[in-house]
Amino acid sequence: MEATKTLDCKGLNCPMPVVKTKKALSEMKPGEILKMEATDRGSKSDITAFANRTGNELLEVKEEGGTFIFFLKKK
Amino acid sequence: MERGDTTMEEKKKRMAIIASKGTLDMAYPPLILASTAGAMDVEVTIFFTLYGVDIVNKKKYASLQVAPIANPAMPSPIPMPNIIGMLPGMTAMGTSMMKGMIKKINWPTIPELVKTCLDLDVKMIACTPTLEMTGVKKEDLVDGVILAGAAEFLDFALDANISLFI
Repeated sequence: MEATKTLDCKGLNCPMPVVKTKKALSEMKPGEILKMEATDRGSKSDITAFANRTGNELLEVKEEGGTFIFFLKKK
Repeated sequence: MERGDTTMEEKKKRMAIIASKGTLDMAYPPLILASTAGAMDVEVTIFFTLYGVDIVNKKKYASLQVAPIANPAMPSPIPMPNIIGMLPGMTAMGTSMMKGMIKKINWPTIPELVKTCLDLDVKMIACTPTLEMTGVKKEDLVDGVILAGAAEFLDFALDANISLFI
């Protein structure tokens, strides 16, 4: 998937992936796509909840060798 | 009603937290919940009272400590009775151990997390009677922290979806 911006949250733990994702999205335009990578084992649930609550759409989540890759569409 | 749609935006969810403890381990939960909620577009107010004021005291917040005494959950490099925690230096040792663990998982420091919360528009209130009691001045507090009493907090908390006492 083509992303407008990529954010590396690997090695960071809760709450930082959510906080940094929020900050990155706030610097983007509606419809743009953020690719975020995280290793926090809670991040799959956390980013899903974050997306549900904020209205930013979680387009895709995949896991590659312990890294979660999220694609979020800015509201 | 869909979560996160425009109808919900009109009235934001709210979380009200009272932070009453000033130890390193008890400073993290309010700040982690507040920063996460702030990132999730929740309106947050933290009311710092009693020892909790240390979390936003510039003279203290970088050096909060954790006490091993009466804290059997504290990990120990070697098994030992909890009463050992009363010995001189044990609090410093426990604190340094915990700071090591915090660093290992790349957690932000307390000052960093306080700043993160303020950047996310978390409202921080320092309890005025506590300041009177301890002689802490407004200049000692992190910029952005406001001074108020219980009524100001309650005014926000009465309309909150989540209220926590930590």
